[in-house]
Formats: sequence, C-alpha cells, structure tokens
Amino acid sequence: MSSQLALENVAVAYGSFTAVSGVSLTLESGEIGCLLGPSGCGKTTLLRAIAGFESISAGRISLRGDTISQPGAMLPPERRRVGMVFQDFALFPHLSVARNIAFGLAAMPAAERQQRVAQMLELVSLETYANAYPHELSGGQQQRVALARALAPAPEVLLLDEPFSSLDSELREQLAGEVRELLKRNGVTAILVTHDQHEAFAMADRIALLRQGRVAQLDTPYNLYHNPGSEFVAEFIGQGSILTVSVNEAGELNDGLGMLDMGHRHWQAGETLRLLVRPDDIEYDEHSQLSLVVRGRSFRGAHYLYDLVLPDGQHVPCLAPSHIDVPPGGQLPVRFNLQHVVVFEPDTTPAESATA
Amino acid sequence: MEIATRTQALPLSRRSRANLGWRVPMLLTAGVIAVPVLVIVGSLFQGFSPVWEHLLATVLQDYVVNSLLLMLGVGVGTLALGLTSAWLTAMCDFPGRRFFNWALLLPMAIPAYIIAYTYTGILDYAGPVQSALRAQFGWGYGDYYFPAIRSLGGAICMLSLVLYPYVFLLARVAFREQSTAVLEASRSLGKGPWQTLFQVALPMARPAVVAGVSLALMETLADYGTVAYFGVNAFTTGIFRTWYGLGELQTAAQLAAFLLLFVFTLFLLEHYSRRRLRFHHNSARQQPGRIVLEGWRGGLACAIAGFILLAGFLLPALQLGQWALERWGDTDLSAFSRLVGSSFGLAAMAAAACLLIALLLGYGKRLHPGPVENQAARVSAMGYAVPGTVIAVGVLIPFAWLDNRIDGLMREHFDISTGLLLSGTLTALVFAYVVRFLSVSLQTVESGLARIRPSIDESARSLGLRPLAVLRRIHLPMLRGSLATALLLVFVDVLKELPTTLILRPFNFNTLAVRAHELASDERLADAALPALAIVLIGLLPVILMNRTAGAHEPQQN
Amino acid sequence: MRFPSPVLRRVTAVLASALLATSALASEVNVYSARQEALIKPILDRFTEESGIKVNLITGGGDALLTRLRSEGRNSPADMLLTVDAGRLYRAREADVLQPLHSDFLKKVVPANLRDSEDYWYGLSVRARVIAYNRERVKPEELSTYEALTDPSWKGRLCIRSSGNIYNQSLVAGMIATEGADAAASWAKGIVANFARPPQGGDRDQIKAVAAGQCDVALVNSYYYGAMLQSGGEEEAAANKVALFFPNQDGRGTHVNVSGAGITRAATHVAEAKALIEFLAGEEAQHWYAERNNEYPVREDIEPSKRLQSWGEFESDSVDVTDLGRLNAEAVMIMDRANWK
Repeated sequence: MSSQLALENVAVAYGSFTAVSGVSLTLESGEIGCLLGPSGCGKTTLLRAIAGFESISAGRISLRGDTISQPGAMLPPERRRVGMVFQDFALFPHLSVARNIAFGLAAMPAAERQQRVAQMLELVSLETYANAYPHELSGGQQQRVALARALAPAPEVLLLDEPFSSLDSELREQLAGEVRELLKRNGVTAILVTHDQHEAFAMADRIALLRQGRVAQLDTPYNLYHNPGSEFVAEFIGQGSILTVSVNEAGELNDGLGMLDMGHRHWQAGETLRLLVRPDDIEYDEHSQLSLVVRGRSFRGAHYLYDLVLPDGQHVPCLAPSHIDVPPGGQLPVRFNLQHVVVFEPDTTPAESATA
Repeated sequence: MEIATRTQALPLSRRSRANLGWRVPMLLTAGVIAVPVLVIVGSLFQGFSPVWEHLLATVLQDYVVNSLLLMLGVGVGTLALGLTSAWLTAMCDFPGRRFFNWALLLPMAIPAYIIAYTYTGILDYAGPVQSALRAQFGWGYGDYYFPAIRSLGGAICMLSLVLYPYVFLLARVAFREQSTAVLEASRSLGKGPWQTLFQVALPMARPAVVAGVSLALMETLADYGTVAYFGVNAFTTGIFRTWYGLGELQTAAQLAAFLLLFVFTLFLLEHYSRRRLRFHHNSARQQPGRIVLEGWRGGLACAIAGFILLAGFLLPALQLGQWALERWGDTDLSAFSRLVGSSFGLAAMAAAACLLIALLLGYGKRLHPGPVENQAARVSAMGYAVPGTVIAVGVLIPFAWLDNRIDGLMREHFDISTGLLLSGTLTALVFAYVVRFLSVSLQTVESGLARIRPSIDESARSLGLRPLAVLRRIHLPMLRGSLATALLLVFVDVLKELPTTLILRPFNFNTLAVRAHELASDERLADAALPALAIVLIGLLPVILMNRTAGAHEPQQN
Repeated sequence: MRFPSPVLRRVTAVLASALLATSALASEVNVYSARQEALIKPILDRFTEESGIKVNLITGGGDALLTRLRSEGRNSPADMLLTVDAGRLYRAREADVLQPLHSDFLKKVVPANLRDSEDYWYGLSVRARVIAYNRERVKPEELSTYEALTDPSWKGRLCIRSSGNIYNQSLVAGMIATEGADAAASWAKGIVANFARPPQGGDRDQIKAVAAGQCDVALVNSYYYGAMLQSGGEEEAAANKVALFFPNQDGRGTHVNVSGAGITRAATHVAEAKALIEFLAGEEAQHWYAERNNEYPVREDIEPSKRLQSWGEFESDSVDVTDLGRLNAEAVMIMDRANWK
C-alpha cells in the first residue's frame, strides 16, 4: 500500500533560483504533517507545488500512488482532489457561506449537496451563518468557513497555508488544537504550513523543518524539541542557548560550570563541544553553590524566564517559579540538570545525544 | 517501486499542452487584433519619401511640440477634474453626492468635437458672450482681453472636460475598494486627511488612475476633430495633412507609426516604473467611511462638483438642445429612429465584442503571466492612440487583401468569384472598433482583475474548477462593476466614433455620429445638434443602468 | 428600453444582413461619395424615381474612399466615385481606379477645363472661392485681386482658415498653375503677414468674424455665404453684414473648383452609373444643386439660382481643374514654408 502523499526528491526552481530542492517526505492516511520554517525557507512553495500551483523541476509528487507532478508534467489543481485553506482564507465575497462551502460540490446531486453543506456547517459550528456573507463574519468564523469549504469535497489531502496567521494570537493555539481534533476525528490527511512552532506542535503528528529549501529534519514534535539534529534545528525549536564548552583533564565539562557528569560518556580531554541548554535544563536551587548574575528576565505568569550570565560571559536561560524574584543585577543560585542535554561537535553536525 | 507502476494511471497534461488551452486563443486573438497596428508600423520599412525632408524642415517640430503640450495639459486637466470628482463622491459625503455620483459621468457622452463646436458657439468673438460684453461696454475688437477658445489652451480645456470621466470612473472604484485599515494606519502615523490622500490613497489607486489617464491621453493623441477645428497643429493634423494635402498615404502611415512607437514607449516606461509594486489589497473587510462635509465645506464640494457638471455637460447640452429645438420642425422622425437603432445596435455589438476579447486577454495574462503574453496584450491594445481613420486603413488593407486572395484562388480553381466576403461589412467594422477600443475594455478589466487576490483563483482551482469555470463563476460575478464599466465605456466610445465608421461601413448604413459630423463639418451646427444630442441621450442610458447595478451590489472584498 | 417593434425588426434585419457581404441586385448602382449624405441623397432619390435604379450610398472623406477603392481592387462593389474637388478625381485616375466614360452628352455640356481630358471624370458643379468683406468697414472699390490682399494696407485685417483645408490648397495650386510657384510662394507669405488671427474654424466662422469686426475681409467659398443667408437666426444676421466680391475679374478670373464624378474600373453597373452621372449633369439636378447647395451649375447653358445671380456675374479662372489636383502637394509645401498654420 502506498502512502497517501509522497514527495520524492522534489525540487522547485524559478529560472536559476532554486526555491526547494531534494525534499522527500511521505504522509500516511490520516496523518497530519507540517512544513515549518522561517520565512523564505520554501515551505509555501512546496505546499503550492503539492496543490498544483507550481511546477516542479525535479523529483515526483504522488497521491495514493498516482503521480500528480513530475518535471514537465502536472495534473492541474482542479483535478488533484487536494483541498486548500489559504492564509487570507480567499472566501468568495460574492457568495454566501453556504454557497462558498457548496462551491466544490458541483458534481453532487442537489439534495446530497445540501446535506453535505449542512454537515460541514455543523462540523465547524456555523449552522446559523449559512446565509451570511463572508464580510459579515469574524476572522475566526471566516477561517472555519474556509476549512469547511476545503473539506466539503472530501479531498485526499488538505493543505493549510498559515491558516492561523491572520487570527489573534490567543486564538491560535486553541484553534489549532480544535482543528487538529476535527481533522483527526474525520480521518483527514493534512499538511500545515507555518512559521509558528507552537501551531506546529499543536497540530502536527510529524514536522518537516525546512531551511533554505531543504529539509533540515523530519520528525515528531517531541524529537524535534529533544533531539534536534543540528544547531539550526535546536535554535529554531524551543528556547535555549548553545554554549561552547571545553572538556578538562578529568573528562568533565569545566568552565566554571563545575563538574558536569554526562553519565555514560567520557569526553576526551581538551575537546571543545557545543552544548544545547534549554531553560528547563537549569533549575533554581537555593542550596546551590553556583550563583549566576541575572541580566534580564521576563514574567511568564507561573514562571520567570531568567537570562543568566556565565563567568565566561556566555548566556543561559533559566525557568524559575515566579515567586523567586531576583531583579536584574542580582544573583540567582542554580543547578544544572543536564539529563537531556544535546551536544554538537563544533561543525554543528549532531555528535551524540544524551538520551534517546 | 510500487509507486512507479501506477504512474500512468492519471493522465498528466504536459505543461505546454496545459497552457495551450488559453495561450493559443489568447495569442492568436492578440495577433489578429494587432494586424492593423502592425500594418501601420510596417510602413516604416517601406522607405521614406522625400516629403520627410520637407516635413522635418517645416512643420514636424510644431506638430510634436503641440501634441506634447496637449498631452501635458490634458493629463493635468483630467487628473485634476477626475481625481477631485472621484475623491469627493467616493470618500466624502456632501449635499447632492448621490446625484453627482452618476451625473459627473455625463460629459463622457459628448464627443470632443461637438463640445468644441458648442463652446466656440458660446465663447467665440462672434458668439453671444463676447457680443453681449461689447454691447454692454461699447467695446470693439481689440479693446478688451478675452481668452481665445480656439487655441491650444482651448483644446486642452475641451478635451479635459470630456475625457476626465475615464479617471473619475476608474479612480472612484479604486477609492471605494481601498481598505479602511490602510487609510487609518496613515492617519495614526500622523498624516492629515490630505497627506493621506496624496501619500497613501492616491498611490494605492495608481493602477486605476494610470489606466484612466492613459485612456484620456491616448484619446487625446487620436483626436482630430477638435484640434483641426481649433487650428492647433497637432500630430494628428499633421498625419491628415500629409495624407490629404500632400497625397502621401505612406508618409502619413509612417507618422502614425511613430505616434504608435511613442505610445508604446510610454507604456513600457509606466510598466517599468511600477515593476516591483503590487497592488492587491490584503484586507478590506469594511469599506472606508466617508468624510462628512458639512456647512460651507459641503457647499463648496457641491459647488465644485456642480461646476464640473455645468462646464462638462449642462452648458453644451443646453446649447445643443437650443439648436435642436430650432430645427425640430425639419426632422424626419422615422429616419431618425432608424439612425438611433443602428447606432445603438452597432455600439452594443462592439462593446460586447471588446469585452469578450478583453476578458480573454486579461484573464489569459493572469493565468500565464509572461513577457510574450504581456506584450501581446499591450500591442493589441495600442489602437486607441491611433486616429480612427488610420486604424480604418490598417483594417481595410489586410481585409481587402484577404478577400481578394480568396477570390483569386476561387476564380483560378473553381472559376467562381467570391468577391469581397468581409470588406465593407459590419464584421470588418466591428473588428475595427475592437482594434480601436480594446484598450478601454482591457484596461478596465485588468485593473478589476488586479484587485482580486490570486488566492481566490487558487482556492477555486483547488475546489475543482477549471480556469474557464473560475472566470465564469468567480471573476465575472466579482467583477460585475468593472465589466459594466468596460461595456459602458466602449459603448459610448463607439456611439461617438466617426472616422472608422465612415470608411468601413456597408452601403446605406448610417449612424448618429456620422450624421452629426457630416452636418457639423459642413458647419451646419444647428442641424448637427439633434443627432449629437441623441448620442448624448443614448449615452445616458448605460450610465444610468450601470449606476443602478453598481449601486445595488457594490463589490465587496473580504 | 423598448423600441417600437417595426423599427427594432428593421434594425435587426439591417444589422444582420450587413454582417456579411450580400450579393448585388441587378438594377442598382453603388456610389462612394465624398459629398455628404444630406447634400446628395435627395437628388439620388429623384434619380431612383425617374429611372427605377436603386442607389446604394457610402459617404466619407475623399481620400479615405479612394483608399478603400484602391485596396478593394477589382472586387470593389463601387461603381462610381463622387468627390467635392477635382484633386481627388485626379488622384483617383492616377491610382488607376477609374475607367473612361464616353458620353457625348457630358462632353457637350461640361466645359473642357472642368472635366478630364480623356473622359475619366466630369465636373458636376462649380464652387467659387471669393472675398467676403464687411459692408461697413470695406468698400468694394478697395478690392481687386487675390494678390492685392497681400498689400501691407490689409495687415491684421484678413481672416482665412487653415492651410489644411482643400479649398485653400486648390486656390494656391491654381495660382501655381497660372502664375508660377515663386509667385504663389510670395503670395502665401504676404497673406500670412496680414492675418488678423491664427487660422481657425471653417468658412462660416471666417464670415462671422468679418461680420463681428474681428477682421475686415476673408477668403471663403461662396456657397457657405449662401447657406448662412438661408439659415435664419444669428447666422443670417451675420451674413447680412457681409458682402461677396469676385476677385481677378480683369485677369485670370475667380478661382473655381468642381465637384465631379467618374466610373470605377471595378464597376459592374456601368450603364447605371453612366445614367446617374448624366442625370447629375441634367437640368433638374443642375438647378437643384444651385437652389439647395448654392453652387454654380457646371453647365454654361443653365442659369444659376436667383440668389447666386443677385451676387453678380463673374468670370471664372479657366485653368484646367486637373492641374489643381496635380499641383496640390506642391501648394501644401508652399504654405508649410510660408508658416501658414
């Protein structure tokens, strides 16, 4: 059985500029994937290639085993059975909500179509807005109409292009969770494009992190966070600092951090390492002998996110309960808890991770 | 790989073939429409007659300078009148706004040469105004200053008065469709309403404004009636003088070709100057609120709009009405109603043809943006800058050539003569109108399409619509306002059109414009008034109709 | 909008039939006319009444019609070309789109200098270019010839329309033919020096300017003056302040041009076209021209209308009108060089 969606070594080029190259990924039925990356990384281009709006210059895109794009040939978008939710929703301003949703159902008999529209309206909880026009709806409602419209023809795969970016930030994660729930409940295969990792985490089963048109890492949200494959991934996902440390005669990481036991691994003396430190890797400990200078902090409700300075001048983040109130310039006693720390060799290729 | 075994299951269209569906008809149509223009430009390759030396030594400089001054003046004039009226009616509220909203379109229905005749009748030395002044103050000739109406300045005023509605129409739509947020952003950044107008609203409306002004300027370059009557030696006077006076059709065509090259250069410059700009509106959930003008401000706004209407329409229409009444008794009404019918039918056919082709080219460009498509659309829309007579010659020659070739072949092989199949028919005439007026509908359709975000097309495609269906089910309903505008503009233009009709029409076929012009050119202004007035009145119908459809469902972008 | 349905039906029928070329009927004649419909249709209708031959008409600019005729070539539907000046007929013959028409009647009634020497076309009416003067400010004794108008005493007193106008072109062409190019060139310069205002408007406007006192004399075609007198209202009042003077009576005579017609080379209704041209040179048509259009009959045996007679008799320039066509381009260049706008 072939995958629901498969990209094999796909490249997209505009003239001499290559926007995307060497991308391979597969999506199984009912799986939700995500193309994540900074702006300009090629994620939208890739999505549009899947939708059939861009032609590919190398590789192949197939849907349930049928090739839909290859260099020099492509199935036009209207014949792909690919649904798409646009960043600006692209609702048809001259059609009511119901007619927007019915738009892709031309082939259905009228009665069935009506039923399907009602079903979709119910799905997105907009039953009472069937006859409203898009401009009469709020942003969140418009988004739901766009979703319902894209889902109505039961596409093989649903593409979502930054679907939450024009909504209020408080709404985003909540909506992302709701949308995931809705897609999962209906067994929809989907790909989301976003630059917001929280959206990606809230929605996706697997995430492809893109950098300069290539996949930097394709993995589950958990692995991306905890097992980043490169410094780029580590810096893009979550918060944290990458420290440059050296290994002392005893095989310990020194540099005023005290003896850091890396558990199962002994490092060669004199080696220089790059170390990913997440805020939760450094804990407040009033009994610790190590105190670091607070350079700044930001209030996060239950926590303060402290920005601490190591004796050699490098910065590390620390998440401490918010009743620990040390103003900038003060000293914060901390303990390093490096069970999950990720180590890179200086050339930034992943060397070893402490945990699996 | 198992995937590979099913590769052929779905028929993929080759990329090239996928494009053929639109590209071939698009490029073919553009090519056919470009033929008359190319025939004219082709004259440049047929050698230059010694007459050129004479032209260069004597009059050419005059033609060029006067035409440039005319363009400059009409450009400023149509911008001033068009933007003022568009801003007032689209963005402000004042007493009478709803009335002016459509009334300010009326001057468009008056042919430039007709308004020139009427104002000359009113303001000339021998006219009622100056005669009254002389009678009142006992002045004689030379005792007082009065601006000469028949001058370059006069021609600029006349052309501006009848051509500003192009700017008005297109700018008004653009203003209404601007997002409140952007305008408010400007205000919140410390810009006053006027600064917002000049720094944000106008630049955002630029494609529409440029489209409007370029239509006005192209019509200015093509104008012959007004400049000839006012004795202004513009480039068109030069073309006709060279043709009629010197009997040098070839040299005249070469002059017209240079005019075309000039216009084409302007197009390229404009295109280049905004190559990096995009004008889609991201969000305009609300239409901008109107600035309410009260008290003296409202009065002033009303007075300004009223003055434009008075000068551009009421005065000339009243003068025409007075003349028409004088001659009412001599009018053969049944012949007149046939004239009305044929003018109306012809204008409707041409407007519909222009609209269809504008949609084909405009949407084709949207589907397959590329240098070839862009230039094809540009070249095929160049006819607007060429005097109608020259276009007519460009149509006449290839049509007659084709007909004679077919006839020759038929005689040779089957010994039958097919004669002229298309020359001298309405088909040729409507084709010539398309060549001449396509620019009007194309610019309108394109600026309308430019305001629809590409994601709208894509979402319709991903919902299973083929390109033609997207056009039919998405663009056409969304563009209703622009399409009505395009139809209206061409309809009124054809109604007023004269020289093309004269040369290409079939036997015994007459239009109001032909009648009005024949009488006016024989200096029988009073006799010309009734057909001229009829042109104006028929022109009113679509103005009112369009206003009602556009008013009832103003397009709303989400 | 609703048309009365018969009109709508007729219009639809006309539009539909005109979309494609329709075949020719037997007894008809197709005319390309540079004389506009209102000034020719009534007499063509009379011809149809008399002869039963239907006349199909297209009117337009002389050169435009000529271009159409040329490009349509041997398949042109036109049987006859009618123009309002000899120059266009000359060009038509040069372009080889006319055929000779041998008619003893036409040769007898149309003077030799007003028709083509090889019978390609015939003049049908005569148009004189005369001096219009303000009755109050100018005495007729002050006027004599076209040439005398270049005298500095007329400085700032002369109105005339643009040199783009065919009547001015043929006036200068006639001068080249009789006096030579140099004389014509210095005449044009002298006229330009005496302009009261830059050339503008048509002949009626010149007459109005003379009446209003903007200038004292103007060169105009006589029939415009006649039309103004017939018009009633302001134009008539203006014309009444103005009188006409026929110049050069002691010399070569007043400049005249003709309207005329010839049969096309592609003609398929030669007999009908011949009948029509002969009809137009017939007594009824000649009278009609004079009455309706205030033009002079081409035939010497027919008296001009009463109104025309009241302006006085005159000697016309006997130059061959063919020369007017031949020298037209040279005339335009002379006026260009004289900076005559």
